[in-house]
Amino acid sequence: MTELAFKGPEPDQLRRRHRAEKRFRLIALLSVWLGLAFLSVLFVIVVTSGADAVRQTKILLNISLDSSEFEGGKGSGLAQIRKANFEGLVKRSIRNDFPRAKSRKQKRELAKLVSSGAAYEVREFVEANPEKIGESIDIWVTASDDVDMLLKGKLKRNMPADIRQISDQQLIWLDQLQAEDRLETQFNWTLFTKGDSREPEQAGIAGAMIGSLYSVLVCLLISFPLGVLASIYLESFAPKNGWTSFLEVNINNLAAVPSIVFGLLGLAVFLNFFQLPRSAPLVGGMVLALMTLPTIIIAGRAAIQSVPPSIKEAALAVGASPIQAVFHHVLPLAMPGILTGTIIGTARALGETAPLLMIGMVAFVVDLPVTFTDPATALPVQVYLWSDMPERAFAERTSAAILVLLAFVGALNLTAVILRNKFETRY
Amino acid sequence: MFKKTILMAAALIATVSMAQARDQIKVVGSSTVYPFATTVAEKFGKSTSFKTPVVESTGSGGGLKLFCAGVGVNHPDITNASRRIKKKEVALCAKNGIKDIVEVKVGYDGIVMANSKQSEVFKLTRKDIFLALAKDVPAGEGKLVPNPNKTWKDVNSSLPAIKIEVLGPPPTSGTRDAFAELAMEGGCKKFKWIKAMKKGDKKLGIKKDKKAYKKICHTVREDGAYIEAGENDNMIIGKLEANPKALGIFGYSFLDQNADKVQGSTIEGKEPTFEAIADGKYPVSRPLYFYVKKAHIGVVPGIEEFMNEFAAEKASGPDGYLTDKGLIPMGDTERADRKKAVSTLANLKM
Repeated sequence: MTELAFKGPEPDQLRRRHRAEKRFRLIALLSVWLGLAFLSVLFVIVVTSGADAVRQTKILLNISLDSSEFEGGKGSGLAQIRKANFEGLVKRSIRNDFPRAKSRKQKRELAKLVSSGAAYEVREFVEANPEKIGESIDIWVTASDDVDMLLKGKLKRNMPADIRQISDQQLIWLDQLQAEDRLETQFNWTLFTKGDSREPEQAGIAGAMIGSLYSVLVCLLISFPLGVLASIYLESFAPKNGWTSFLEVNINNLAAVPSIVFGLLGLAVFLNFFQLPRSAPLVGGMVLALMTLPTIIIAGRAAIQSVPPSIKEAALAVGASPIQAVFHHVLPLAMPGILTGTIIGTARALGETAPLLMIGMVAFVVDLPVTFTDPATALPVQVYLWSDMPERAFAERTSAAILVLLAFVGALNLTAVILRNKFETRY
Repeated sequence: MFKKTILMAAALIATVSMAQARDQIKVVGSSTVYPFATTVAEKFGKSTSFKTPVVESTGSGGGLKLFCAGVGVNHPDITNASRRIKKKEVALCAKNGIKDIVEVKVGYDGIVMANSKQSEVFKLTRKDIFLALAKDVPAGEGKLVPNPNKTWKDVNSSLPAIKIEVLGPPPTSGTRDAFAELAMEGGCKKFKWIKAMKKGDKKLGIKKDKKAYKKICHTVREDGAYIEAGENDNMIIGKLEANPKALGIFGYSFLDQNADKVQGSTIEGKEPTFEAIADGKYPVSRPLYFYVKKAHIGVVPGIEEFMNEFAAEKASGPDGYLTDKGLIPMGDTERADRKKAVSTLANLKM
């Protein structure tokens, strides 16, 4: 029989169909590859520019903690230590290293080799080790961002001196420090443990990470139960009338509303009416929950719909109440789908800045947030704020913040996959 | 279960809003002042026992709107502005019970037109800028035509025959407002009959029409010669590097930090240098301010100390740490006036 099929005009037709098939596959494959190529280009760019931020240039200083510098001498308490002039100690120490710097300009240039945060690093050290007062200590302090950029090759030595941020004299000093092994790049703990700063070498994303975590937590706590209950009601209990379909249309519309609108809503309702504090992750999470809710409801309804009605009917037939049927049988089977929808919604919320602008989370926050009402920013906001800073060292930190944000989203997706596999039941 | 949840949520909201007293200064306002205000806030937080103030970047207009919304812990204490407060805004403040405002001038910011180092330095005048970027340009007395200029040579024969391509901020930006007011209007005024429209001139027989004057002077062409490049100045610098023929508009601090990549065009023969902007010779520079709500002083701790830190010589004086961030300090007399204003908390006078 098959031989017959190849007679007459048919082989030609068959070949055409095969060709169309091949073409389609090729195009589909191409689009997959194109997507992958864009993704990898993005990744390579972000990773290469962000990798440098993981290391930070440090300078080894020898600082003599003269007991006369501290009000209480050797046994100074915390309050007395805080009053000491650490800036002066750091300046004096580096001037001792290069005694030939005499003019005011040279002294200023010398002081600019170390970060303005160095004094606080020394203070922290003394606070932790008050017994060292009276001794002289060797301590690695953070170098200024210009020195950091030079060591990382982002400022070129061969640039004309008048446009290089580092002067010729500073280069000589740095070379000497390097020759003495007192200048090196170390792992940048600051980036992962500190809040924002205006000095790139002191800036960290810990504050933004905590802010994002809190917001997403609040967002999930509100939107997940509400979304699941709403979708169960709409799918299983709601009467089929005009009112219900009106609700359905509106929920679908809500999913397509631009996110800034939710920010305005949050400003009007949560801040102005309920008088909740500005810039708080609690309010941020509530606004993001409003935004995520429609996504969860739509995904939840689709997931519940896909559970065969026979399962629910069987439960009802053996005497389960409607609520038991839903919670014992339908919901567990629909869970993987609901979770996928929730994660997609949350991942979107995690990358959102526009609604946060209205409720004051696009802000410069140095102190790490502790409670849900402390001022905080979020990771995408930090990316946005740093990308607009004139100092060049912020560029690599921006990329590092993007990587952390991507890692967050990745972790979220991974949890979704794990949870989905756990709940997956076959029937 | 439902009732319980709702009750709990209500209780949570109630307890949070009960936590009224605030011990942290809140600052909102201009994105141009943001880099300076944050530097001061950080130093203030580290060197005093007060908490580090939270600084939001909302834009000058947005900041003043929030600032004028009312008195109380849920409203910001201080707002930054890259222009002076408007009469309308003072009225809004007064309507919401904010009668006493202290105005503090921080310093100056220069706006530069820069291009890539690979090209020649542009020698511009404000008139050139107006003729190159205005939507309509004058063609003879009292007549306007849609801007016909395609290259810089069409604008001024001493300029190179390069296509006009200028990357600049969008209309929502304070930098754009200041650029339109200082650079474009400055050039626009060079045409006598347009200038006459501002106040009216009987001799020329021109009626006063401030609206039309502003429209002619401030409207930027939309035929592709002016490219809105977003609020991000780093992006403009990146684009200038890639396209050596284009010019970009941004704040002086970005020129200062990227002196190896871009160069500022001279305007009326003046290079945009620190010194030229500080002594007012460079024509396109604007003052920066912050405004303080007097009713909050003494209620939220540290406001007065924060004002003193901002106005101190070590911050915004000629050798202050803000100059490292690109702030152009004020002259001696202006600084003395400011010192007086800060110590007496003198009310804003329009």
